[in-house]
Amino acid sequence: MSGLDPLRLTAKVAKRLLVDGEVSAAELAKTYLDQIAAVEPRVKAYIRVTYDNAAKYSTKVDREMQALRGPLAGLPIAIKDNMVTEGVTTTCASRILRDYMPVYTATAVRQVWDDHVVMLGKTNLDEFAMGSSTENSSFQTTANPWDLATVPGGSSGGSAAAVAAGEALWALGSDTGGSIRQPAALCGIVGMKPTYGAVSRYGLIAFASSLDQIGPLTRSVYDCALLLQHIVGRDPRDATSVALPEPVKLPDAERLDGLRVGIPAEYLAAGIEPGVRARFDETVARVEELGGICVEISLPHTEYALPAYYIIAPAEASANLARFDGVRYGYRCEDPVDLLDMYERTRGEGFGPEVKRRIMIGTYALSAGYYDAYYGRAQVVRTLVRRDFERAFAGVDLIASPTTPTVAFPAGSRTADPLSMYVCDICTIPANLAGLPAISIPCGLSDGLPVGFQLIGPAFSENRILQTAHALEGAIGFDVVPSFRDSGAGVAGDVSGAPGNAGSAPAGEVRQ
Amino acid sequence: MIGEDDVRYVAKLARLRLEQDEIARMTSELGKILSHIDKMGELDTTGVPPTAHVLDVANVTRADKPSESLPRAEALRNAPAVSDDCFRVPKMG
Repeated sequence: MSGLDPLRLTAKVAKRLLVDGEVSAAELAKTYLDQIAAVEPRVKAYIRVTYDNAAKYSTKVDREMQALRGPLAGLPIAIKDNMVTEGVTTTCASRILRDYMPVYTATAVRQVWDDHVVMLGKTNLDEFAMGSSTENSSFQTTANPWDLATVPGGSSGGSAAAVAAGEALWALGSDTGGSIRQPAALCGIVGMKPTYGAVSRYGLIAFASSLDQIGPLTRSVYDCALLLQHIVGRDPRDATSVALPEPVKLPDAERLDGLRVGIPAEYLAAGIEPGVRARFDETVARVEELGGICVEISLPHTEYALPAYYIIAPAEASANLARFDGVRYGYRCEDPVDLLDMYERTRGEGFGPEVKRRIMIGTYALSAGYYDAYYGRAQVVRTLVRRDFERAFAGVDLIASPTTPTVAFPAGSRTADPLSMYVCDICTIPANLAGLPAISIPCGLSDGLPVGFQLIGPAFSENRILQTAHALEGAIGFDVVPSFRDSGAGVAGDVSGAPGNAGSAPAGEVRQ
Repeated sequence: MIGEDDVRYVAKLARLRLEQDEIARMTSELGKILSHIDKMGELDTTGVPPTAHVLDVANVTRADKPSESLPRAEALRNAPAVSDDCFRVPKMG
């Protein structure tokens, strides 16, 4: 079998080819492993490619197709390396977890494994998912397939780049302040953050527990719905997970008649570059062509969302990351003189600069004397942000905005100034603070780089979002075929001591 | 404004060893970040309750039934140092 083009194939089509017997799961896996061999040296989307697992498990799916028949059987997937996978190292792109070998598997990953998807590998991210460019990985820098000199966004930059580059059919990522939607936008693919609680966080290495959500990164809205169907659900192991009030449906809408879409003035107020604004305005016009009604709305506390987020997320992170202390797992410093020395040096040597910054901000915000002024106030602002959305959704069905203020930016251009990186998420953070579902779909190019269009809905409105995004996607007709051009010196590279893809999983074993 | 002594104090609370160059850089970066965050101070938040969690769920419980837990060998598998089936740590200072 040949002629499968990983830059054109969707899960919907691949699934039909598998069911019709036109392609085997092994051939499908090989298509992606071949593409990985061809472009991974330039893109560096994966921290670890699980070659043996992909080859052997796909063969098993073929051999036992009757027994293993399931809606996703044989469809290859990439997993962000902050979801634990039993028997396959899970690093969070951090030196402190460089050799961590999980003894259990995250629920969302377990669900797709149980559906017999084929795991291709674990993708790169900003260390502990803290960042917007994947440059905070301790191991390697991932390049954007649309221009190798630019960043793929982050923190799920490896997952987004892998899908855009045809190195995976689809992927799982996690979104705390935009970490699925922002890289999806910058890489020209679809990315969705479900309603908080819709997908179990069990086995997702915690960054900010009240904000984190796992979600799909895919080449189409249909694929996004298909993958979402299989990861949602109440999990007894995550007390914050909830059952969706209605099942996720596969979208088929072509029209948006009567749909009311709010355009928040505050999101367009400042910092949206002209090329992004132009694509956004065109897409708003398409909403109206399809029968939707666009109205200007106000979310007056938008400018306070970013400051509130940069207290709440670091505060929760500083507590969550206290567990990395050199005792139970992960890195331990050499020759500690006593327990305190071990804690301090292990953490000082094991964490990278951005993680240290967030731990420091969070610890400061929670410390005696500052708690009320920072953490207490941020939680109150969070209420105001939620109320803005509640008021808006009394008058509109969905809210639309650009996903990001700019297209992909050159690698290295924002690393010196943390605040310049933080503002990348100005349009995505409010949905996390309010726990709302949101999607980013590609809506065109600006200077050859993709622009993302974001739709935010009320809690549990996944189906409305997916239907709307599906109709728009049809009208936009965006091709996810990146150019792999390089406008500068290629930047993808190893930082230091990457675990590499030689495979820590014993050769020849099927891990999933 | 946050100073180097504040940074040293917070780093101690966070059990995070910072080198002198990191302390200087962190002081300047945290100062800029916190001054952005101070924007929240403009708001009149009288009477607004805090949001700790967005979902309207509380006191989620499960049946108190014993079940299997992680075998000891698995729990110790990633430990940097083990002795007598326990995590081994350096002496207290």
